[in-house]
Amino acid sequence: MRVEARIQVSAPASAVWDFIADPARYLHFMAGITRWEVESEEPTGMGARYRMLMRVRSAEVGGLVEVVEWDEPRDMAWVSVTGIDQRGRWRLRERRFGRTDVELRLSYGVAGSGLLGWIADRVAAPTVRDNLRRTLQQLKRQVEHEQLRAAAAARREAKQRAAAGD
Amino acid sequence: MAGPSRTTGPSTNGHSADAESVREALGGSPGGGEPEGGGGGPALPQRIVRALASQVTRRIPEANLDDRDPDYIRETLPGLWLLSSLYFRGEVRGLGNIPEKGPVLLVGNHSGGNLTVDTGVFMLAFSAYFGVEREIYSLAHNLVVSMPGLGFLKKWGVVAASRENARKALEDGNALLVYPGGDYEVHRPVWERNKVDFDGRKGWIRTALEHDVPIVPVVAIGGQETSLFLSRGETLAKLLMLDRAFRLKVLPISIAPPWGINVGDFLGHIPLPAKITVETLPPIDVREEFGDDPDLDEAYDHITRLMQETLDALAAERRFPVVG
Repeated sequence: MRVEARIQVSAPASAVWDFIADPARYLHFMAGITRWEVESEEPTGMGARYRMLMRVRSAEVGGLVEVVEWDEPRDMAWVSVTGIDQRGRWRLRERRFGRTDVELRLSYGVAGSGLLGWIADRVAAPTVRDNLRRTLQQLKRQVEHEQLRAAAAARREAKQRAAAGD
Repeated sequence: MAGPSRTTGPSTNGHSADAESVREALGGSPGGGEPEGGGGGPALPQRIVRALASQVTRRIPEANLDDRDPDYIRETLPGLWLLSSLYFRGEVRGLGNIPEKGPVLLVGNHSGGNLTVDTGVFMLAFSAYFGVEREIYSLAHNLVVSMPGLGFLKKWGVVAASRENARKALEDGNALLVYPGGDYEVHRPVWERNKVDFDGRKGWIRTALEHDVPIVPVVAIGGQETSLFLSRGETLAKLLMLDRAFRLKVLPISIAPPWGINVGDFLGHIPLPAKITVETLPPIDVREEFGDDPDLDEAYDHITRLMQETLDALAAERRFPVVG
C-alpha cells in the first residue's frame, strides 16, 4: 500500500533538508511517530539506521529502517530492515521565489500476510495518510517559523551593526 | 539456531509433573496438595475421570520453545491487528516500561473466559512494538494448548504452564507472560470484572526471584465484558472431579452467543466486541524493593495492590460496559 502527501513550504530546500536530516527533530514534527531512535554509529546520512514506530490504531508499528538514498537537498529514502515492510521517501524540489515542494511517500505492508494483510493495509491507510499530512503541516510550520526567526535575527544584527557604525 | 537445543524429551517436558508443581510454577496455589483416593481402590467415576485425564495429558504438546515461529507471527499480525483495532478497539499503553532487552516476567490479570482476547491484543502490541525477533512466550493452561484446532498458538509462543517452561523461557533471556489467576480469575463473574484476583497464588514471585528477573505488571480491562459470566461453577467442578483430573477448579457458567447458556465454555463462544485497554506498569525488582530475602506476602500485596489501583483507574475511564 502506498500513501503520500505533499505541501509547499516558503523556504529554500536546504532549510527543509536541515529538518528532515536531523533525527532529533523527528519526534517534534512527525505525527503519529512514538519512537525515532538512532541505531547506527552515524546519526545521519547514507546508511544511518533508526528504530521507528508509528501508532496506527491498536498497535505501534514500524521497526528498524535504514537510509538507502541520500541526495542532499533533494531526496532521502529509507527501507525497513526488520518490522513491517516499508519504503519511505522525502522528495524536495525547489521552486521559484524561495519555495520548496515537499513530498513524503510511504509504502508499507507485510509480505505473505495474504488477504487479511491486504485488507489491513487499506484499513490502516486513512490513519497513515492523515499522519503524513499532519507531518507535512507541522514541518512547514516549523521550517517557516525558523526562517522568520533567522530573518529577524539577521535584521537585529544589521541594526546593531548600523548603530555601532554610527 | 546456535546454542543448546530448547527441545526436551517427553520425560522432561514439564507437563507430566503433578498438578501441584505445575500450579506452583505460575500460581502457587495456597490450597496445598491434592488428596489421593482412600484405600480399596478408586471408584468407577474416579477411574473414568482419570482415564480422561490421561488422554488429555497425552495430548499436551511437549515443552518446545522452538515451536515459536517469528515468520508466522509476522504474517498473522495484520489479521490480528484488524481484529484488535476494529472489533475490540484495542489500546495498549506503557510498552516503553518493558525493559528493552533481557528476560522479564510479565504478570497479567486474566479475563474473558476461555477466549482471552486481552492476551491477543497484548501479544500483538508487544510483537509490533519490539518486533517479532524479540521472543515472548505465554504460559497457558494445559487444556488450552492441548485443544484441537489451537495448534497455531504454539507458533505464537504459547506453551503449557509449567515451572520447566518458565525456567527455559527466562534462562534464554526472553519475555514471559503469565497469568497467576489462571482459570480461577478468568471465569470470575461479571460483577467482579474490575477485580484483580490471583487467588493468593504467589509462585510467579518465586519464579522471578529464582531467575532474578524484573516483574512487569500488565493490567487489562474489558475482557470480562466479552460475555456475561455468571459463576465459576466451583462446586460443579468439584462434584465432577475436574479439579483432580484436569487441574480445572471451575466449570464456568455464562450467557454467551451463540449458545445462550454456556456451561464449561469448552467450545468457545463469540466474544462481545468489548473495548480492550491494557496498561503496562514500570518494572519491579523484587529484591531491590523488598530486600535480599523478600517476604512473598508483602511483595504479593504490593504488586496486586498496584495492579488493582491501575485497574480501578482504567475502570473509571469507562463510561459504558462493552462500549468502553
